[in-house]
Amino acid sequence: MSTAETPVAQVEKKQKKKTVQWGDDPKIGFVEALYLPAIAGGIATALKHAFFKKRSTAQYPEQKPEMPPNYRGVHRLNRDEEGRVKCVACYMCQTACPANCIEIIAAPAPQDDPKWANRDKFPATFTIDELRCIYCGMCEEACPVDAIELTSIYDLTGMSRQEMIFDKEKLLSVFDETSKAGLDPVRTNRGALGPASEKSMQSTDSPPPPGRGKHG
Amino acid sequence: MNWYEIWAELWPTLIAIGIILAVVPVVGLYATFVERKLAAAVQDRLGPNRVGPFGLFQAIADGIKIFLKEQIIPSHVHTFIYMLAPCISLMTAMFALAVLPYGPTPVNYFGGLRFIVMPGLDISLLIMFAISSLSAYGIILGGWASNNKYSLYGAIRSCAQFISYEIPMGLSVIGVILVAGSMNIETIVASQGSGDGISGWNLWWQPLALIIFFTSALAETNRLPFDLPECEQELVGGFHTEYGGIKFVLFFLAEYTHVVTVSFLTTLLFFGGWHFPGVPSEVTASYGILALQMLVLLVKVCGVVCFIMLLRWALPRFRFDQLMGLAWKGLIPLAMLNLVFLAVFESLGWHRWPLAVLSVLLFVAAGYWSAWQSQSFVRKASVT
Repeated sequence: MSTAETPVAQVEKKQKKKTVQWGDDPKIGFVEALYLPAIAGGIATALKHAFFKKRSTAQYPEQKPEMPPNYRGVHRLNRDEEGRVKCVACYMCQTACPANCIEIIAAPAPQDDPKWANRDKFPATFTIDELRCIYCGMCEEACPVDAIELTSIYDLTGMSRQEMIFDKEKLLSVFDETSKAGLDPVRTNRGALGPASEKSMQSTDSPPPPGRGKHG
Repeated sequence: MNWYEIWAELWPTLIAIGIILAVVPVVGLYATFVERKLAAAVQDRLGPNRVGPFGLFQAIADGIKIFLKEQIIPSHVHTFIYMLAPCISLMTAMFALAVLPYGPTPVNYFGGLRFIVMPGLDISLLIMFAISSLSAYGIILGGWASNNKYSLYGAIRSCAQFISYEIPMGLSVIGVILVAGSMNIETIVASQGSGDGISGWNLWWQPLALIIFFTSALAETNRLPFDLPECEQELVGGFHTEYGGIKFVLFFLAEYTHVVTVSFLTTLLFFGGWHFPGVPSEVTASYGILALQMLVLLVKVCGVVCFIMLLRWALPRFRFDQLMGLAWKGLIPLAMLNLVFLAVFESLGWHRWPLAVLSVLLFVAAGYWSAWQSQSFVRKASVT
């Protein structure tokens, strides 16, 4: 550049120089250029880990991991104090389910049975396709009576797809097993309305998007 | 020459070939096991420990699994070359072992049982290099026959890498040849023997050649700091992307055979082969001493193999231009200068000990030069 530049142009040039950042290779100093110190450092790190660090492997089948309390595993259907299924067949979970894996068929509660005297409806069938479920926990949040919950069972396996569709009895047996083992205490707010049921639909709200599931 | 004489010549060779053919696959399988264990240790894991005590049978389980795998030949490959490439790769890798003594071998071959397939060959080192550079052939054929851009790109990288690193490797070995005055590996090992068993090693007056040789050899084995031909992040699997099952294992075995070959060469050329303090230098017919010398050699080789495996977890991968730069701008000039110094010392008949100091000085000077070049480059770039 010639010396006849105006001071303004010089300032502009300076600013330009500052704002443009070139992605150059980092400067290589003398020690880096020798390579060997860096290699020795790498080997030292590797050896330090090999000999002096604690191995963090968990021997899985023998040594079960402890799941955090909010882990979302296999579902269960809770029972109330009288041993009845807590579910009142309100379809909230089925509606909330983004994976469309819950299917409930409601039936009127048997009126002649005094056990069911304070119930209006109960689920005649309650099936969850465990393979389709994405374990998001929205059914649990939607349930107004804390009937459906996700347990900390993480190693669900099966030999066929049919086997992985859990019906009401299976889901209740999951509750019996987990509550017997004391692994999963009932963790939602014990009968209080869940967050999903708190906001009621207003007349000013737009209607729900159509076509979300069979009952959406 | 009657049949009896031919048989007397033949049976030691057949036994030596049989040992190599039998041992190399097992060594390959167990090298994967050792590598997995070592990798696990470096990464704070336990590694395979389910099959057998300490997971020792894991290698066998892997082998069985791989033999039982379905043979898949993709429809778009050149079938004949596709099948041929892994065979060539393994064949050249194993052929290179023919000239390497895997136990104490005398310079003058006296017949009978021995630990080398081709004894008393005056150009065994030359044959070694001729064959080991052929192994690029298998990789290139595999990459080409796969009819896949990733494979071909891996093969081309491999080709360029082989050509580049052959040169510093050869130049650094010439120093060893000059010191020993022979290209016969047995003579080179014998020339490293001395009274105390350690002061005669080529390592002491050729440390720079050792570094250059080891670096280039590592590049020839396609292992981690230089595994550009098969780097997963860039090329899926590189030249063996289209290979599976037993054909992949042949490539894999070839790679591990290369590692073993390189370790053997490093040990034989620089670490004194079977010479060690407390072990008799001369190769005699006494079985106890032979066993001891063989043990020393194999322990040294195992050490080098473990070091190569450890390097994998100590170094990041080179970029391709860095790889080429290291060979052409770093190793080749250094090896040449080192060779010139050695030639001057040898022809004037001076003592070899100053060569070690000279090697270190040369290395430091190269580092300083490189740093200065880098800085001046940055300076120039910032001015313009």
